Amino acid sequence: MKLLNHTSKYLAILLVPLITIWAFIFYYAMLDEIYDSLDDGLENQKILLLGKLPTNPEILEHNDLDLWNHDITPISKNYYERFEDRYSDTLMYMLNEKDFEPVRVYETKLAYNDQYYKVKFITSMVEEDDLIQDLVMYLIILYVSLMITIVILNNLMLKKIWRPFHSLMRQLRDFRIEKNHQIQTMDTTIEEFKLLNTSITALIDQSRARYLEQQHFIENAAHELQTPLAISINKLELFLEKTNLPEADVKTMASILDNLGRLTRLNKSLLLLSKIENRQFVDEEIIDFNKLTAEVIDDFDDLASHKNNVLYLKSVSKLTFQMNRDLAVILLTNLIKNAIVHGQQNNTVTIIIHENLISVSNFGVAEALDSDTIFSRFKKLSHDKRSTGLGLAIAKAISEKYGIHLDYAYTEQHVFSLHFHK
Amino acid sequence: MKLLIIEDEPEMLENMAQTLEREHYIVETASDYKSALHKIAVYDYDCILLDISLPDGNGLELLKELKLRGKNEGIIIVSAKDSLDDRLEGLNLGADDYLPKPFHMAELHARVKAVLRRRHFEGNQHIHIGNVSIQPESRQVTIDDNEIVLNRKEYDILMYLITNKTRLVTKSALAEHVWGDHIDQSDSFDFIYSQIKNLRKKLEHATISIEAVYGVGYKLESI
Repeated sequence: MKLLNHTSKYLAILLVPLITIWAFIFYYAMLDEIYDSLDDGLENQKILLLGKLPTNPEILEHNDLDLWNHDITPISKNYYERFEDRYSDTLMYMLNEKDFEPVRVYETKLAYNDQYYKVKFITSMVEEDDLIQDLVMYLIILYVSLMITIVILNNLMLKKIWRPFHSLMRQLRDFRIEKNHQIQTMDTTIEEFKLLNTSITALIDQSRARYLEQQHFIENAAHELQTPLAISINKLELFLEKTNLPEADVKTMASILDNLGRLTRLNKSLLLLSKIENRQFVDEEIIDFNKLTAEVIDDFDDLASHKNNVLYLKSVSKLTFQMNRDLAVILLTNLIKNAIVHGQQNNTVTIIIHENLISVSNFGVAEALDSDTIFSRFKKLSHDKRSTGLGLAIAKAISEKYGIHLDYAYTEQHVFSLHFHK
Repeated sequence: MKLLIIEDEPEMLENMAQTLEREHYIVETASDYKSALHKIAVYDYDCILLDISLPDGNGLELLKELKLRGKNEGIIIVSAKDSLDDRLEGLNLGADDYLPKPFHMAELHARVKAVLRRRHFEGNQHIHIGNVSIQPESRQVTIDDNEIVLNRKEYDILMYLITNKTRLVTKSALAEHVWGDHIDQSDSFDFIYSQIKNLRKKLEHATISIEAVYGVGYKLESI
């Protein structure tokens, strides 16, 4: 759930009791005020009546509430002295509503010309059930409109406020340290986002610098190894050529040369990996993969027949793609070489070219390999001492550079597929 | 034939000089930019082997210098960097070839020989060895005037062995030259044997033969 909706949700839950409590307080406060106001009005009627009495003494004979809104009844002096003013609520039949409606009754006393009277005033009162009904309805309207306003505000305003954050997140999701991605931070006046922007920029700059440093280290180390390797290999070759060594010594020399050769290949592969990631292969051309695959297969014919493997190329349709030629060769070479080296003897390695797909399949161990680690560096699939363990890592790095999707699947055969997106 | 090797690593220089001297070239050496500049200004060479990372200057500058002076030496850049930029820039500046370190001595010699052949129009000349004659331009091979048909790999193997006829050519040097750098990682270089076998069959009537040396490599022998 988004932070935005999260706050809205809590607000929605919190508003229910809040508005309910507020409704009770508001209702009783209002009712109190209404009673107060009605009672004042009734008292005022009494004063008005007293004012009118000297000129209209017939008022004292009014005893029909329906007629005059007041009812005067004579009482004894004794009762008069004990009587205290009182207010009460009662029901009265209202003609307009054709129903009993609540009324406020004010009972008081008055003395006029030594005569004692009890006076009853009435006034129509607020209908509480209607009031509550109205109140509840308006409160629901208030609640709904509050929620709508909050949600709209959240979605419009907060979305705008959070834009720097979302822009940052989008970029971070696509961020790859090996690619020279620059993170563009949006200008913002919000303190927290400013902090986030500067922290992330600093973190990325640091990591990138550290990454480049490491890559340079690998590259420099590999470079520095080339010359001593060259000197050792050449010295051994010269030694092997000029002396008439016994067979055993020649074989020892050859074995040393062989191992130095392995070291050289490992070194070259490491260099190649860092060069691919450093984007050093800039020249691109349209590669005819049907032709190129045939050429690579031709190079591997001897290796395949040495293992009694048959290389079978099936070109279903034409496939061209723009990329660096050297890298295209290395990509195909590594996949085909991998299939031959790990393929079963006396079996077939099949290469099929579709419009957007090249698949290389070979028979091998009868179980799927771990597709999560198969493209990792130094993940050796066999105990073959000559394998550098970098071939598939290099193939992966090349395909990633060009947005080609390289995957592995096992269905009786081990299948490596290159999916080209043009 | 006079060669100049410009290389700052003394042992590397010694190896290269030694192997080329054995092929009866006159070899001169320079180990820094200054002395190299002096030598190319004063003398003419048939081929220059140039290490581009020198302690006191960039070897590519020497290439420009040679071009300015209108010199026409064959140039092979030798570099530990194997950088694509250097390779392209070097070739654009008129270098003939680019050889990344480390390399096999047989490969070095083959490259030098190829450059010299191109430079001196030796490409048009037949190469004779025993009763075998080769026309490099058209890649034609004849034994006693009878043409034999070799595939690309067989031809490349034969040429490489002929070029390095005085030395033992290891299987890895041969595989890398003929099958390319990418063939490495293969579980062994024994796969080259089938091509050798075919080539031997085709050279049945020749007075040269390809001899295996203790399973380590091959050597061309005259019968």
